[in-house]
Amino acid sequence: MAAQVDGAMAIVTVEGLEALLQAIQARGYRAVGPTLENQAIVYDDIESINDLPRGWTDEQDGGRYRLMRRSDDALFGYSVGPQSWKKFLHAPKLRLWTAERHGENTTVTPEASPNDRLAFIGVRACEIRAIEIQDRVLISDLYVDPHYQALRARALIVAVNCGQAGGVCFCASMQAGPRVKQGFDIALTELLDGGEHVFLVEAGSEEGHALLAPIPHRAASDDEIEAAAAVIERTASSMGREMRSDDLNELLMSNLEHPRWDEVATRCLTCANCTLVCPTCFCTSVEDVSDLAGERAERWRRWDSCFTMDFSYIHGGSVRASAKSRYRQWMTHKLATWIDQFGSSGCVGCGRCIAWCPVGIDITEEVRAIRGCDAAAEEPQ
Amino acid sequence: MERVRPKLAVWKFASCDGCQLSLLDCEDELLEIAGEIEIAHFLEATRASVEGPYDLSLVEGSVTTAHDAERIRDVRRQSRFLMTIGACATAGGIQALRNFADVREYTAIVYARPDYIQTLATSTAIADHVKVDFELRGCPINTRQLVEVISAFLAGRKPQTPPHSVCIECKIAGNLCVMVGHGTPCLGPVTHAGCGALCPSYNRGCYGCYGPMETPNAPSLSAWLSKLGMDYDALKRVYRTFNANADAFRKESERHDQ
Repeated sequence: MAAQVDGAMAIVTVEGLEALLQAIQARGYRAVGPTLENQAIVYDDIESINDLPRGWTDEQDGGRYRLMRRSDDALFGYSVGPQSWKKFLHAPKLRLWTAERHGENTTVTPEASPNDRLAFIGVRACEIRAIEIQDRVLISDLYVDPHYQALRARALIVAVNCGQAGGVCFCASMQAGPRVKQGFDIALTELLDGGEHVFLVEAGSEEGHALLAPIPHRAASDDEIEAAAAVIERTASSMGREMRSDDLNELLMSNLEHPRWDEVATRCLTCANCTLVCPTCFCTSVEDVSDLAGERAERWRRWDSCFTMDFSYIHGGSVRASAKSRYRQWMTHKLATWIDQFGSSGCVGCGRCIAWCPVGIDITEEVRAIRGCDAAAEEPQ
Repeated sequence: MERVRPKLAVWKFASCDGCQLSLLDCEDELLEIAGEIEIAHFLEATRASVEGPYDLSLVEGSVTTAHDAERIRDVRRQSRFLMTIGACATAGGIQALRNFADVREYTAIVYARPDYIQTLATSTAIADHVKVDFELRGCPINTRQLVEVISAFLAGRKPQTPPHSVCIECKIAGNLCVMVGHGTPCLGPVTHAGCGALCPSYNRGCYGCYGPMETPNAPSLSAWLSKLGMDYDALKRVYRTFNANADAFRKESERHDQ
């Protein structure tokens, strides 16, 4: 069970939340969280709760995202947007080293590890699950990404239980939400219906407890604790999408020649958007550049995708030349072979790949289509 | 001992000169380029010309006359490494719109004495005429990419000019997808990267200036663009700009040409 403020669930007001945000920054953290930019809710630097998308929500469907006004002043009344916390922990572009020639000698200087202390404000359950999945890939094995490790070790997570499910959400199907269960320093549930706009708070770590203790708060009543549980229950039962997930490894791996792969390939643009918005996709490429005089060279790492031809290029050509083979690679890795490789599904049900696919390809629909006429299951026993 | 610098030649065919200007626009790097490579033939910059052969030829423009079809063979013979720069040289340019029309009709409208005009019925890419060693895309090309390919040529390494979609550049830049987020039609998913996602960075859809990406699926994108409100004629025209004669764009515009 999560630790609690003074041994109990506590209630803080909107002003209390502001005090918490100030305390986090006073402790040396760089606070990043949801904020309005260019008609979307993105993650960027925030200084006060006035930077949060107060009173805004969103409407999402395959290939479509629009902001809308809410009838209340909710601070976290939206579903996950175009970006994930991956943009901070596993940066889109990163210089790995610089080499310089001095006459006959060459010096190579590795990029210093970052020492930012990031406080992520408003992390959803599916996003915590996604960070845990990237932890498994990037820092829990023989090869450790020192940049990710440095940022991750110092990061503070202020989580939020989702007050509503978005049009493309299916975290409940992936057992990744909507309730925040672990991996947070502080967890909030926004309560809007009791006549007063307050937050039920829990501390999930020593750091979270230390931050919360001096913030004005009162003990939560049984009614308030029940109201918070009801909010999460209502979210869980109103998911925009659904995907049966208990048998995906067997289902997909026994249907590698299913005709649906050809069908989805007629729609797939191989543009890579799904992989870049996915909070667990971690693939990168490295690029070496040198200057005109040949005196200085740099190696950069940047996000890459299994949807590019270069990604599977080996001597003589790309292994996965067709759109069919690339879509199948992405989906079977995400939902099936990820389990063999890393011990869990690579999908958290956030729905970003559905909303941000320019032509609205829906992973839950693709699974349903394959399940609908499961070639292997229909074979006579 | 004086270092022997490779010799560079810049050639113009049917074009607006914008891509050659991109070389002059390098500004900060221009003196450095001149230090590393001998600019032997570049008529836009100077009348002084050093005879070939040349180590690196940059070719701008498309082939639109019988004379140019001969001249490009001569340029090829004089060039160790021939690189085409820009949409005209790599796809035929905006002037390839003639490929979809009657060129005699065009000349009759434009010129007082069309009988003076000697031109081919088509505008075609340099690679349709001679072997091309490397193609740099764009209308116009991006100066950063030009410096990169020259640096790569000098170092004998592969240039970093990835052929994937513009979408990847948008995502790396942190841009909001204008199609999903605003409903703005955008050719980014079928267009070759290289511009740094210039238009989407200013909330405009991509116009496809860099031509088709490595594995374009234009029919699927068109179906979605039509849902966003583009009619059949608009779908024909959206692919018919600077890269109208690039294979994937030509086929997709012709599919809507009835």
